[in-house]
Amino acid sequence: MDVSEIVTASAERLRPRADAAAKISMRGLSKTFGEGAGATVALDKVDLDIGEHSFVTLVGASGCGKSTLLRIIAGLEFHTGGEIVANGRPVTGPGADRAMVFQQYSLFPWMSVAQNIRFSRRLKANRGEFTSAEVEAASGRADTLLNLMGLQAAEKSFPNQLSGGMQQRVAIARALMPRPPILLMDEPFGALDAQTREVMHDLIQYVYHLEKTTIVFVTHDVEEAIYLGQRVVVMAPRPGRIDSIYEVPLPPQRDQDMKLAPEFIRLKREIVERIRETSGMKTDLELLEKLCGQLKA
Amino acid sequence: MASRSNARPGLWSVRGPMSQRNYWLFAAIGLLVPLLAWWALASSGLMNKVFMPGPADVWARTLKWLNDDNLAGDTLISVYRVTAGWALSAVIALPLGLLIGSFRPVQALLEPLTDFIRYMPAVAFIPLVMLWVGIDESSKISIIFIGTFFQMVLMVAEDVRRVPAAQVEAAQTMGARRGEMLELVLLQSAKPALLDTMRITMGWAWTYLVVAEIVAANSGLGYAILRAQRYLQTDKIFAGIIIIGLIGLITDQLFRLAHRRAFPWMYRKS
Repeated sequence: MDVSEIVTASAERLRPRADAAAKISMRGLSKTFGEGAGATVALDKVDLDIGEHSFVTLVGASGCGKSTLLRIIAGLEFHTGGEIVANGRPVTGPGADRAMVFQQYSLFPWMSVAQNIRFSRRLKANRGEFTSAEVEAASGRADTLLNLMGLQAAEKSFPNQLSGGMQQRVAIARALMPRPPILLMDEPFGALDAQTREVMHDLIQYVYHLEKTTIVFVTHDVEEAIYLGQRVVVMAPRPGRIDSIYEVPLPPQRDQDMKLAPEFIRLKREIVERIRETSGMKTDLELLEKLCGQLKA
Repeated sequence: MASRSNARPGLWSVRGPMSQRNYWLFAAIGLLVPLLAWWALASSGLMNKVFMPGPADVWARTLKWLNDDNLAGDTLISVYRVTAGWALSAVIALPLGLLIGSFRPVQALLEPLTDFIRYMPAVAFIPLVMLWVGIDESSKISIIFIGTFFQMVLMVAEDVRRVPAAQVEAAQTMGARRGEMLELVLLQSAKPALLDTMRITMGWAWTYLVVAEIVAANSGLGYAILRAQRYLQTDKIFAGIIIIGLIGLITDQLFRLAHRRAFPWMYRKS
């Protein structure tokens, strides 16, 4: 064993290990796309612990790696360095313990709303992994979710007959069906209009308190991030990394009026400012102000 | 400036709407004008009847073919050859295309090869097919198969690849395994596109009919056209071409109908 190997080995030992007590734990998590000269670092040594039944939101300018981070937790992308543990197991691929809600186009258009929601149950039934009691419980679960999401009337409809908001309700219900301990959401309301989005915010809050899931939520909307999250993780681009983490000073049960609270507005301003600084947009603004000053003069 | 009370986009506005009645009106014009032009040209006497028979001559020849020369038999055998060649390629192309579209190693293994072969002219395979398969029915089916299969396999693979990534990933995060992925997601999602591919390739299969019936045939629409050429029976050539066109049109409509029946969710809007 030569010196360099000893150094690496001891560094390996000194580095803090992933925290198995946390629901999701990342240590030195890195992701590089491509190889050689064309390689880009999407994530650079991310350390993050997400506790059980917490609601964490990830915000940042485009290219900060927030979606990549979420997809690595889901097992849809593979990290190229560091380690990640979810539900007490190293993440090696996608699994039913980490459900995911996508921005759009993830519903199965050939299945009715009810069939979409029952898809995970169908997978299990296919493999004969179900006892009859479990089948009954699952069908009750599907009905509960239809009610919870306000989808009773749309049960037999097909996705292309539904509005964007209703489609996302189906996507959330489908993800919740197998009672996943972790729910990952990748800009799920990004394609919805502002009013529908507000309704969905309260709905997801309700789901979070009812189902006791751990939620990791990616968005580029700072207000959404604060309103939903207990912790807001601000990420920065080039290379993608965690810039800062904010605890949201609001009670766990949120309502729309809180968006007008001074602490909400202060935090929002702070985070927006932070994102501008990290993304290089601030310099553009300064330039703009300077130009305006010159025009006035 | 005069203001119109019920302003509607005009017939010629870009991507403008069109009533059902107008659609059929224009469709009828599109079919009738060439027919009339043909009739006018043929009856003007500008061209020799041998080169340009009129609609009436072609109709008369069609009736004669039907009554004396076994048009029904020619049609049936040709439909059989085309359908058999097409079905044979579908049976192989569907699973193979599904594998190419799903697994990158299979794609790397087979796609460049298929791309290479599909540029080879099917006609040029005739001598080889005669050597390997012989000159009976299977040789005609083989030619249609060669003409259809390699295009079909690539189109099937493309249909499978076009399944939205979000659908695939959603299934993965619900715990779908590899086999379930293929059977319950990729295949199901690609089905409407696959039926369209089957419809389009059926049309291509028909275009290889005449080529296939060069090979020692003594029946069939393509064969009849070839023989009519030898005797300069241009009216029969016209009749044969039009009959093949009509059969194609009917099959196409049947496929479209099947599409509507099989995938009602695509046509249902709230």
